[in-house]
Amino acid sequence: MALYEASATQLLSQLESGEVTSVEVTKACLDRIRQHDGAVGAFLKVMDEKALAQAAEVDRKRKAGEELGLLAGVPVAVKDLLCTEGEVTTCASKMLKDFVPPYSSTVIKKLQAADAVIVGKTNMDEFAMGGSTENSALGKTRNPWNTDLVPGGSSGGAAACLAAQMVPLSIGTDTGGSIRQPASFCGVVGLKPTYGRVSRFGLIAFASSLDQIGPMARTAEDTALFLEAMSGHDPQDSTSANVPCPLFSKTVDQPLEGLRIGLVKEHFGEGLDGDVEKAVREAVSVYEKLGAKVVDISLPHNKYGIATYYIIAPSEASSNLARFDGAHYGHRCDEATMLEELQKEKDALVAAGDELGVKRMDTPLIRMYRQSRAEGFGPEVKRRIMLGTYTLSAGYYDAFYLKALKVRRLIREDYDKAFKTVDLIVGPTAPNPAFAAGSKTNDPLAMYLEDLYTVTANLAGIPAMSIPCGFTSGGLPVGLHMQAPALEEDRLLRAAYMFQKETDWHAKTPSL
Amino acid sequence: MSDNYDIIIGLEVHVQLATKTKLFCRCSTKFGASPNTQTCPVCLGMPGSLPVMNREAFALGLKTACALNLNVPRFTKWDRKNYYYPDLPKGYQISQFDLPMSEDGYLWISDPKEQFEAKKVGIIRAHLEEDAGKSMHDEAAGKADTRIDLNRTGTPLLEIVSQPDMRSPLEAKAYLNELKLILTYLGVSDCNMQEGSLRVDANVNLHIKSDDPHKIATPIVEIKNMNSFRAVERALAYEAIRQYDEWQETGKTIKDAPKTTRGWDDQAQVTRPQREKEDSSDYRYFPDPDLAPVITTEEEVEAVQQALCELPMAIRERLHDGYGIPAYDADVIVNQGIVAVTYFEDLALKTGDAKMSSNWVQQDVLRVLKERDLEFDQFPITVERLSGLLKAIMNKEIDTTRAKDVFTQMLDSEKDAPAIMQEMGIEKVDDSELDNLVKEILLANPKAVEDLKNGVQKAVGALIGQAKKKNPNIDPGTFREKCLELVKDM
Ligand SMILES: [Zn+2]
Repeated sequence: MALYEASATQLLSQLESGEVTSVEVTKACLDRIRQHDGAVGAFLKVMDEKALAQAAEVDRKRKAGEELGLLAGVPVAVKDLLCTEGEVTTCASKMLKDFVPPYSSTVIKKLQAADAVIVGKTNMDEFAMGGSTENSALGKTRNPWNTDLVPGGSSGGAAACLAAQMVPLSIGTDTGGSIRQPASFCGVVGLKPTYGRVSRFGLIAFASSLDQIGPMARTAEDTALFLEAMSGHDPQDSTSANVPCPLFSKTVDQPLEGLRIGLVKEHFGEGLDGDVEKAVREAVSVYEKLGAKVVDISLPHNKYGIATYYIIAPSEASSNLARFDGAHYGHRCDEATMLEELQKEKDALVAAGDELGVKRMDTPLIRMYRQSRAEGFGPEVKRRIMLGTYTLSAGYYDAFYLKALKVRRLIREDYDKAFKTVDLIVGPTAPNPAFAAGSKTNDPLAMYLEDLYTVTANLAGIPAMSIPCGFTSGGLPVGLHMQAPALEEDRLLRAAYMFQKETDWHAKTPSL
Repeated sequence: MSDNYDIIIGLEVHVQLATKTKLFCRCSTKFGASPNTQTCPVCLGMPGSLPVMNREAFALGLKTACALNLNVPRFTKWDRKNYYYPDLPKGYQISQFDLPMSEDGYLWISDPKEQFEAKKVGIIRAHLEEDAGKSMHDEAAGKADTRIDLNRTGTPLLEIVSQPDMRSPLEAKAYLNELKLILTYLGVSDCNMQEGSLRVDANVNLHIKSDDPHKIATPIVEIKNMNSFRAVERALAYEAIRQYDEWQETGKTIKDAPKTTRGWDDQAQVTRPQREKEDSSDYRYFPDPDLAPVITTEEEVEAVQQALCELPMAIRERLHDGYGIPAYDADVIVNQGIVAVTYFEDLALKTGDAKMSSNWVQQDVLRVLKERDLEFDQFPITVERLSGLLKAIMNKEIDTTRAKDVFTQMLDSEKDAPAIMQEMGIEKVDDSELDNLVKEILLANPKAVEDLKNGVQKAVGALIGQAKKKNPNIDPGTFREKCLELVKDM
């Protein structure tokens, strides 16, 4: 087995036994990236030198018998919206194309403390807004299973580099399905933890009450290990859960006894691809064979999930993205040209005798804001800022934002009720497999429906996971979506491990 | 003031709370550092940074709320107030909107000169929020350039909003004085207006008297840019006249025009229209998803109330009732702050004469502080030393006039009153010596004796003058008594 094919767990045992060094492993990954990333486009930046230096440092520590972290010497990819001190962090936006944060996010610090080797920053939809990574202003990412197709999004680069076996571990973020949907499209494992399980400090916010950072990998074991390394209370994040962090990697191989699985009636209706449904139903029968009991359940407010999500997320985003105004950092329009144009406009209005027009003209400051933001943000980001600005406006707030908060509570209550009778809720991650690049770019609503099954977990704050569970007749991976009560990531991981022991879908790899 | 209208005044006061660090990060709040040296990713609003509430700031807010008789609800939350301005790096200010940390309180104001009747001014709410930075406009070299200092960004502010209960500039000033005094007694803010620790905006309009049973209200104006309480008083007085003139000219009432903002020009002593902040009409408030709501238990509020220091209003009453000094005197002392109150009380207890102690504190001590531009705690004569001087007066070892000379000497000397008196040759004149002096003077002034016998008392004044020339240490009161006594026998 080539080094790039190995899981993190396998690599760690080889590193510990001295069979390989971290420098060798890192080189293998960097070679693989060099060979295939031209076609895949998973990375916005590869940090060869830094990665190799870090790998060499871990090798030295290991040789000297020093204490090592949980991921010592294992290459990791990071989605490009986690602030990394001294490294450009772009959010795949022109706005932050040259932004170098003066500090690192808590998760990056935890990876460093775990002695992981960060090899690069992965592509994504701009500011994590999108389901295909096509909204990136800085690069195109393609699905390794078929490069005519999208990898999903917004963590498209994060999923694609795993599927293409460029790294064994990759960090994603998930606001409405952004870890799970690309994991499903690329045939890898992705877990969105409970809201508050992983610190958001240093994560460039899209929608603060929904965003979660989470692990992506190729196996349940690796996912457990990775989650363990990044979780934990953070005093710098007031929304971080102050609870002890379980040792997921120690329990992942323990099968769940008497498992009760809930199937949501509403998830198997109109709009669900036939091949996807077939794969999901077969996956459920695998659990049945393992002794699980399958129960039909109803989440009556699930159908309002998308509507609720597309009010709450843009509202928060419109405020979170206000700071990108060209005044302090990030993109600023060319001021000389801007002032010249402003003067020309004024001259024209004066010549026309339009006094009111002159009075209503932008001040140079306002024009600088307008123009910097117009140039710096892409169309999807602008669309969501406008949606959110609208839904928070006086006169609309009660009808939209406040109402959405109420529905959000009902959605959460549906889950509370359901989890009284089942241990896990299982279904498709996305209604369809990966689609052709460009096929939905002109239809934002179709794109929003990609999140149909995933957004409610974010609205309820519960953990959810996607694991490979089969293929369509066209040979595209299908993801099985599993949801558990808050703080029960352990249950998801053990269920995933049970499934992966019985099947080999997760071991399938695309030919590049 | 005019008989034609009532002035309706409400005040919004922003107070910087005296925490060491900012409201949502651990940067220092110290005033006067070089620009942008007291900042971090959080108060700079860097992407990915998150706020964490400063418990101390909340505690100071709680203390103030209790002192202002405000109700503290069990649940309060943080909201984002969205607007664009270069000194607001996040594009929103973290504030409190519909569920503030305290609501519905009051404050008593009164005037010792009784120019208005004591009244209760309602307080609508007091809520916490973060301060913005400072824009500094540099017009040098013909090119308007703005520089931003974000040191102040994120400093905790308590915004205290009064009801429109004040009816004159004088009442407004009294409210501000009393509020500042309370905040100072509590130690929650240094209330330094020059450094911006206390900022006042005033909302004012007129209710014009007319035969129409419905009162006529002029449009509300918010006045900003007032740098002292005096400026507030003047700006309000100016604005009342301006609004009345405008109403007479245009007839516009509150129904015809929205609230506008005017700035006080202290040099010209006028208010001028101010440009509104862009988009100020809709701040799109919503709960800040980065911060957890704050829960305050009844026990916590009770504990704060229990631990509250004695407040100015109560001290005034105690000084008036307990020491028997006039209400006016009590007011003067209390307005000087807690150090003055303590000084007075110690002095009164040591001398046993509250009235005399109060006079000395109000007149002589305060005069010296003013002349020398000192704070009360810098006053050079300790209570112990001053009480020595006062006791000498009470024992008639020295008269009040000469005691003032001794007092002046004591200011720049470490010596006690008796030592200085000795140096100045001041000593009590014994009875027989005084008797002899009285006799001598009476014999030398037969005309005066005649007058005194005929009941012309003022004649004794000239005799005291003669006696003082012979012996400056005599006590004029005692000398007068002796004179009258002896004349009766003559
Ligand atoms: Zn700071």
